[in-house]
Amino acid sequence: MPTSNDRPPQNRGLTAIAGAMSLITVLLIVQIWLLSAALESFLGGNRHTALPAAIFSGVMFLICLGLYAFVNRVDSEVRGSENGR
Amino acid sequence: MNWLRRGSSGGTASEPLWKEEFSVRTADERYVTRRQLTKFLVLTSLGMFVGNIWILIRSLFYKAPVYPQQPVAQLGEIPVGGVKLFSYPTKDDHCIMIRTGEDEYVSYSQKCTHLSCAVYYSQAENRLECPCHKGFFSIKDGSVLQGPPSRPLPHIVLEARGEQLVAVGVKG
Repeated sequence: MPTSNDRPPQNRGLTAIAGAMSLITVLLIVQIWLLSAALESFLGGNRHTALPAAIFSGVMFLICLGLYAFVNRVDSEVRGSENGR
Repeated sequence: MNWLRRGSSGGTASEPLWKEEFSVRTADERYVTRRQLTKFLVLTSLGMFVGNIWILIRSLFYKAPVYPQQPVAQLGEIPVGGVKLFSYPTKDDHCIMIRTGEDEYVSYSQKCTHLSCAVYYSQAENRLECPCHKGFFSIKDGSVLQGPPSRPLPHIVLEARGEQLVAVGVKG
């Protein structure tokens, strides 16, 4: 049975990029929901939810930023190995 | 019709001249790299974060508004079960007042908390109803009974002063 190590590095790189982009998309959906919930709460007069919402949103943004750096690095490696062939 | 045919230099026999002259490749123009897409997603994430920060700043610097005191009706002006519309605190904020008992009056903002349609009083059901999306509100406290609104109607605080009913504030 073939393992992930048997696949060429380009394929592994592309799989990693697809996974990272999917994760960014999921985080983005959660952030959109968080923003709408925080706004709804704020308009409803509950102002104590704004701080935790902002903190969680910031954490998710930082994760997205880290994943972006990861995608950039892997993409460069994949393109480098494709050009080197 | 030479301008439709291929040019003398370069170009292939199957490619017309205009494609050489306007060498914009639509597929290439629309091509988005993985990095571009990821950058776009991360920028959107930044936008969501900035939105949350904006809400936080608004929450931290929130000042409770000072409401004017405004006579809105005379006691006994409307019958039990009757309704009066007025504007408070500004002329653009429409409100509805209902006489629920001999000495009982309640008043709410007339703007539905879903999409701002004007709510009306249904005497048969004894509730406030929004005709747009069938959002129903309790007559007792303005809470949501049914429908898409997620927040209760803002409550207009009334005080009886002599023979007058005076609006003194808004809650919620």
